[in-house]
Amino acid sequence: MKRNTKDVEASHRKMSRRALFLGGLQLAFAGGLAMRMRHLQVDQADQFRLLAEENRINIRLIPPARGQIYDRNGMILAQNSQSYRITIVPEDAGDVDAVIERLSRLLPLDPEDIERAKTEMRRSPPFLPITLADQISWDDISKVAVNAPALPGITPEVGLTRVYPQREDFAHVVGYVGPVSDYDLSKLTDPEPILRIPRFQIGKVGFEAKVETSLRGKAGAKRVEVNATGRVMRELDRREGEAGADMQLTIDAELQSYTQARLGSESASAVLIDCESGDVQAIASAPSFDPNLFVRGISVADYRMLTEDKYRPLANKTVQGVYPPGSTFKMITALAALEEGLIGTEETVWCPGHMEVSGRRFHCWKRAGHGHVDLNTSLKSSCDVYYYDLAIKVGIDKISAMAKRFGLGVRHDLPMSAVAKGLAPNRAWKSETYGQDWLVGDTVNASIGQGYMLASPLQLAVMTARLATGRSVEPRLVKSIDGVEQPGGAGEAMDINPNNLRTVRKGMYSVSNERRGTGYGSRIIAEGMRMAGKSGTSQVRNITAAERAAGVIRNEDLPWERRDHALFVAYAPYDKPKYATAVVVEHGGGGSKAAAPIARDVLLQALYGGTPPLEAYPTKDRSRIQAQQERLERERLKRDRGDDSEQA
Amino acid sequence: MSYLANNAQTVPTGLRKILYLNWPLTLLLASVAAVGFLMLYSVAGGSFSPWVEPQVKRFILGLAVMLVVAMVPIWFWRNISVLAYLASMVLLLAVEFFGTVGMGAQRWIDLGFMRLQPSELMKITLVMLLAAYYDWLPAEKCSRLQWVILPVIIIIVPTLLVLRQPDLGTSILLMAAGGGVMFLAGVHWAYFAAVIGAAVGLVAAVFKSRGTEWQLLKDYQFRRIDTFLDPSQDPLGAGYHITQSKIALGSGGWSGRGFMQGTQSRLNFLPEKHTDFIFTTLAEEFGFIGGITLLFIYLLVIVFCIATALATKDRFASLVTLGIAITFFLFFAVNMSMVMGLAPVVGVPLPMVSYGGSVMLVLMGAFGLVQSANIHRPR
Repeated sequence: MKRNTKDVEASHRKMSRRALFLGGLQLAFAGGLAMRMRHLQVDQADQFRLLAEENRINIRLIPPARGQIYDRNGMILAQNSQSYRITIVPEDAGDVDAVIERLSRLLPLDPEDIERAKTEMRRSPPFLPITLADQISWDDISKVAVNAPALPGITPEVGLTRVYPQREDFAHVVGYVGPVSDYDLSKLTDPEPILRIPRFQIGKVGFEAKVETSLRGKAGAKRVEVNATGRVMRELDRREGEAGADMQLTIDAELQSYTQARLGSESASAVLIDCESGDVQAIASAPSFDPNLFVRGISVADYRMLTEDKYRPLANKTVQGVYPPGSTFKMITALAALEEGLIGTEETVWCPGHMEVSGRRFHCWKRAGHGHVDLNTSLKSSCDVYYYDLAIKVGIDKISAMAKRFGLGVRHDLPMSAVAKGLAPNRAWKSETYGQDWLVGDTVNASIGQGYMLASPLQLAVMTARLATGRSVEPRLVKSIDGVEQPGGAGEAMDINPNNLRTVRKGMYSVSNERRGTGYGSRIIAEGMRMAGKSGTSQVRNITAAERAAGVIRNEDLPWERRDHALFVAYAPYDKPKYATAVVVEHGGGGSKAAAPIARDVLLQALYGGTPPLEAYPTKDRSRIQAQQERLERERLKRDRGDDSEQA
Repeated sequence: MSYLANNAQTVPTGLRKILYLNWPLTLLLASVAAVGFLMLYSVAGGSFSPWVEPQVKRFILGLAVMLVVAMVPIWFWRNISVLAYLASMVLLLAVEFFGTVGMGAQRWIDLGFMRLQPSELMKITLVMLLAAYYDWLPAEKCSRLQWVILPVIIIIVPTLLVLRQPDLGTSILLMAAGGGVMFLAGVHWAYFAAVIGAAVGLVAAVFKSRGTEWQLLKDYQFRRIDTFLDPSQDPLGAGYHITQSKIALGSGGWSGRGFMQGTQSRLNFLPEKHTDFIFTTLAEEFGFIGGITLLFIYLLVIVFCIATALATKDRFASLVTLGIAITFFLFFAVNMSMVMGLAPVVGVPLPMVSYGGSVMLVLMGAFGLVQSANIHRPR
């Protein structure tokens, strides 16, 4: 093709122009890119640097060590011990199912746990460890370690878990911890972030729950560098948390253990208070349970067994259980009358076995009657009619007020779950609650601790300590926090005529130390250790006239739920009160028969600081007592051995 | 008697050609590749595998290809342009039918020793064919409608094929580069004005239609546009890449966080950090200074190409050189705009730096053409 040179020149010039134009455009665009780069990298650099740091740095909480709990002598009640768990990293395991199958041949795996772990695996990135089995024994851990080559991705991990070495003995006092549940979180308005750590344990029941905030401590934090998928690349720095406060309880673990064993398999409870300081040294509720079961996550079968037991092992009867105090209340009625000056110690009342009050017949427990009864005899023989007569003279409001001064119907603020307030009724209470007038019959019932009157074993123990000392003793459960001694509960002297108190105490002495006294069978004969007490038998049903006519049925012949509660309150030594105790055996029958021996044994154990010599017991009981001591010792030994073999 | 034949005697021959190689341009290309090696070494966490080693081999192969192409006279390449274009076309169609699906798109033909991306080859052969066409076409005819339709078809067919893969980035590059060559060849500016006007009108119509009965795009397509315009709306979804990319760039600051110290790339917050988003790693670790230096080297390459094109009187040589310059420019301009959040993420690599064999070999071959144009110009 022929071309004219001039045309070629012209088109070349045009191309050059356009090339330069495009070149200029490109340069301008590059300039724009440079400006953008400057904008991002110079003007906004700080902001983006911050975003980059936010991307890569994660703050992880470090759970604090929970405060430990000790008894008054430093014996450990709740501790953090290393627990082993087996985790799997799916990414390292490769064939997860095959690895789990091999693992299950080495140690028992719960199919439920496996299912849960597999669900978790599907949700989380493959490099995150997932727990397959928790609370693994050291034996199983070593088995896994030996077989490590055949178990890719499986790692034994060490964590801290709560352990209660005293098991059943402190289940009701210390309570237990468990993993935070959604329900726990829903109760809090602004839950601490630490509570969202998986498997973080908090107090669920008892002391653990009540002083949760002090025991928990403060979480630490570490800053870690993570990659885009959340994998931790390295730790940048860490700030250690603050361990929770160590708590020392006023309870004597040895005595507590003895008391628990002494209550045996009855549905019963016992409280022992140091009269001088208010220290609760034993507070046992039977039957009990192993709190460690709850820490691990209790099985449905075990839990059902606990909830369906009619002896209610989960209830802490010492503070949650309220019972009509029965005759143990008579000291209060007597004091109310004495303080009002309505009776003299010499005055007697005629007890024919019953009393007519506004057309209704109120019976004495002794159908034949006590004859002429003075104050001392009324306590010793527990004559009911004497108190009917007294109460009508004093009136309910005075009796109720006196009850409250002795700690009945008043909530003692111990750090335990569901501490009951009990009830010391008066006129105002009845009209407020039922909109009814108080009747004389109500007063008559109240005078012997029946009717509306309700008290917990703890309240009865406090009442007894106040009677013994004349001071308003307050119960104390926490001896020291992180080594700092807590205020004691010795209390101020009560504004009560010492002579009147002495009169009542003498009556209680007669109960336990004089023939025909209701507690005479369970006395202490060691000089300087003698105890003063009062029995109580409280009805849980009304005895109808028809029943009475047919002859009162003996307790042994009734179904368990309808038998009377057996109560006994006591303190010792009589001359110089050291310990006060209250024992309640639910549906145990008579107080003097079912509760008094327990109260005596527990008091002696406390007074001697261990197994008491047989000389402290009446001669004819000694062989029986010796057998009992030996049996309890064997049982405790057996249980301790059981503990050891399980831990080994 | 053609203009070229007249001057053939003054063109260097034999081994003397090597002396006329544009050594500064070669050096610039080597330094761009070196930046690539450095960044690939960094994103691999300080390791020559898996990326640096193959990339170095490809660059050496690329240098050989460039030298061979440079030694062959430029008119030979003009003469085989039609053939080259048709060959690329056949390969593109082969991808359509036998290609390997990778990254959700059908782009490669597995040749055993390497994966060939015909669309990359097409970028150059398209430029070659258009240059040859306008070399053949008398200048006064090139604005006539019938002579405009043919090159438009030449551009549109491969563009549509690539769009089907789907590879939006490459289609844009093909269209823009083709249009660029037509513009340089002297096609009347009114055609371009019309096309650009129509495009702007279309975009406006699309946006206007939103929410009305005659809506032109599907809702999800609109949402994608939203994400591009404001990535922070969707920080974990589609906007994630661009947000992270901007964070990486920005956190580099003036002088960067230091070699291998970029947290965004090292901790995998950056997507495709060894390919399309490699510039973010560079900008994060070497900062504004590093980024602007690379941009400057790229511009120098463009300048050398334009200088070569203006120096030669051969129309094919000029057009092909300028076309290659435009293609090269589009590569890095689109890629950088993309990672800086100025353009949607369309999948265009950073030329000679991103990990990838086809682009490296094709670009080196293209620069071989530029070198050939330089060597074989009459002196």
